[in-house]
Amino acid sequence: MKKNRYDMGEIDIAWCPGCGNFTIHKVLKETLEELEIRPQDVVICSGIGQAAKIPHYMKCHAFNGLHGRALPPATGIKAANPELVVIAESGDGDMYGEGGNHFIHTIRRNPNITNIVHNNMVYGLTKGQASPTSQHGFVTSVQVNGVILEPFNPIAVAIALNGSFVARTSTTEPEKMKTILKRAIQHSGYALVDVFHPCVSFNKINTFKWFKENTYDLEETYNPENKFEAFKRASETEKLPLGIFYVNPDRIPFEENLTVYKKNKKPMSARRVELNHLKKFINQMGK
Amino acid sequence: MKKREDISIVLCGPAGQGIKTAENLMVSIFRKSGYAVFATKEYMSRIRGGSNSTTIRISSRPVRALVDRTDLLIPLDREAFKHVQYRISPATKIIGEKETLFQQDAQWSDQILDVPLAELAKETGGKIYSNIIVVGIIAGLLKIKKTIVHSCVKEIFNAKEKEILDKNIQAVDRGMAFSSHLPSDFKIEMQTQKDNDIILNGGEAIGLGAVAGGCRFIASYPMTPSTPVLTFLSQHGETFDLIAEQAEDEIAAVNMALGAWYAGARSMVTTSGGGFALMTEGLSLAGMLETPIVIHLAQRPGPATGLPTRTEQGDLLFALHGGHGEFPRIIFTPGTLEDGFVLTQKAFDLADRFQIPVFILTDQYYIDSYYHIPKFDLLKIKNKDYIVKTDAKYKRYALTENGISPRGIPGYGNGLVVVDSDEHTEEGHITEDLDLRVSMVNKRLKKMDALIKEAVLPDWIGPKSCETLVICWGSTAHIVAEAIEKLKDKKIALLYFKQVYPLPSKTMNLIKKSKKLIIVENNATAQFAQILKSQLGIDIPTRILKYSGQAFSVEELEQRLKKAAL
Repeated sequence: MKKNRYDMGEIDIAWCPGCGNFTIHKVLKETLEELEIRPQDVVICSGIGQAAKIPHYMKCHAFNGLHGRALPPATGIKAANPELVVIAESGDGDMYGEGGNHFIHTIRRNPNITNIVHNNMVYGLTKGQASPTSQHGFVTSVQVNGVILEPFNPIAVAIALNGSFVARTSTTEPEKMKTILKRAIQHSGYALVDVFHPCVSFNKINTFKWFKENTYDLEETYNPENKFEAFKRASETEKLPLGIFYVNPDRIPFEENLTVYKKNKKPMSARRVELNHLKKFINQMGK
Repeated sequence: MKKREDISIVLCGPAGQGIKTAENLMVSIFRKSGYAVFATKEYMSRIRGGSNSTTIRISSRPVRALVDRTDLLIPLDREAFKHVQYRISPATKIIGEKETLFQQDAQWSDQILDVPLAELAKETGGKIYSNIIVVGIIAGLLKIKKTIVHSCVKEIFNAKEKEILDKNIQAVDRGMAFSSHLPSDFKIEMQTQKDNDIILNGGEAIGLGAVAGGCRFIASYPMTPSTPVLTFLSQHGETFDLIAEQAEDEIAAVNMALGAWYAGARSMVTTSGGGFALMTEGLSLAGMLETPIVIHLAQRPGPATGLPTRTEQGDLLFALHGGHGEFPRIIFTPGTLEDGFVLTQKAFDLADRFQIPVFILTDQYYIDSYYHIPKFDLLKIKNKDYIVKTDAKYKRYALTENGISPRGIPGYGNGLVVVDSDEHTEEGHITEDLDLRVSMVNKRLKKMDALIKEAVLPDWIGPKSCETLVICWGSTAHIVAEAIEKLKDKKIALLYFKQVYPLPSKTMNLIKKSKKLIIVENNATAQFAQILKSQLGIDIPTRILKYSGQAFSVEELEQRLKKAAL
């Protein structure tokens, strides 16, 4: 087998044996390699949590910031240098809980980044409390009588906000995950990929088997450009659909709307202070 | 007719009645007429109603500080009159409608110049023209040339429909015609107009400094009084090749700015106390990532929402201690517009060079005050590039002698740039190696040595040797300087700090020379005195403090200094 350029070699990985993070890690490395993207062109931004450790296990640029804050630096990085492939990746607690406001507004802003969310419906690193996506009745050391809050539905929220690419996949189907990740990374604009995966240590309800039995693939005939149908499918709770729910081809990526790139495509770091412009401006102020 | 050196005009009225437009127009008319101008405003946190006031000083010599003295008062309604009543002296002339404004206040009847403002406005086309009519009246009293007045009105209303411009010309003409026959002793010597002058406010000085410092990205959430910097850079973003983004909150703003710096764009945020509170985790992140950041923090009175539109120097210790953990930082406190420009440019350079957060600490009074200054000297500006091209062996946190690891950016070179909010290895990867932890802390704090060496010295103003030394920082500088000048006491000098942290090593030598120390601060707990005590062991028991939400006035400070210097 060809060597994957994103491989770190022998390293200590902090995930539990059998964790779904391993599958996402493997599939993401393969995806980037198969898309022939150089590690030097990729930045992974993450927050805090077990999922958020992923950039430490891959050979590429990394911005491992604060809990809930993967999306704002990803936006800043992409704005400063649109030539980079920027991925914001963290868990469900990080993206939908602590970073919920950024999630909403990044969808509105539409930077050309890929947002991968490891969704195991539980908090792992803090040892088993409910996450925003935990289901009704899920009992934990804090939610002692079971979760009473309505589970957060990231797919429906993203569609409601006219997200430019909204998908859900699962570690139970690694090949399909790869197809979706490829589409997401190649998509021009913000792309959400919510990834179902089991937490072998703290979620005894939503197991590998549970995800197998409680999900189904959107049909081949499904049209992802129909927002109402997408919203309907996203609202299903009996069995949870997997696939690309919604694509909005009309949305223009944030960076493409920035005036600084209209005439000059160079990244911000390649530009120098034009003191002449400043001088002219100041002279005008004097008039 | 006696000539004056300096006239202070106060215009007061409810929000939404065009006080701001009148202020802009007057400032531009006075400047064009060759006067030195200073303008500042105080306003309520509301969109309509209430009472806001603007103070404009015009003079034959540069004026740069707030005075209480009011030579000409124009209250637009009864409430406004009550709002500024405390500033009326027997020498104050009051312009307005005697009947509606002053009613039973017979005590001032001799000082009132009765103007049928409502009638004049009605003739022009409605109440909305009152502000411009008032400008006309003032221009008339000061015998300003009609051509100048017209050209300034045109400048302000040119973009509007022709009818609106015409009405405003009529309004200003009506005002001028009315006052041309009023008795007036408002005559001041005019300064010859200097070509080299510009007029601007604190927000613009900071904004221009950012441009000079190579700012390429600003993300912020609007918050009074810090917003003018965001507005300025947004409006001129295309000209200066920079990105200005309104973030969903201050947390996003600071994290976006850090992302942009990481990828090679010099960036800043502008905020006020409550917004900065949200940014403190991002500040701490900057400390750990060693990713530079420039933070403009425009103070207003707290705690919590406090007095949103007023002024205070209450967040100095917050800026110093904000953010969890231990890491170096610089705090600049410009008190003059020149320093605002120079230090903001310098902030970008130092942030980049030392990979640390640098603060520009201002306040509402600083941001909203205007005056004219000579054009900035751009020849002195040096922008160095500190970014290195990486190779395959690149380590973002390489341990070095001076604590500074060469900073690479993604996309420039073959190396990988890994930054981490966890304690990390030289490569930037998460670690719990506790020996390495100690090395990394030492590395980060090592930069303090160089920061102290680079620290900007305070300005010594007044006699070289003195008995009493007055210490101030930030926006009070000009007010304290003018108050001391008025005291005409050759034994009093001023030391104005434009960098309050870290303190330059010469500070002790400068301070210990005088017998008596007085500190002036626009807060309740003498926060800079606390820094001087904790850093240098200097005690300053004589403190002149103000925390009403207003700036000091020259007269008030003159009185308080006189008392304190005894």
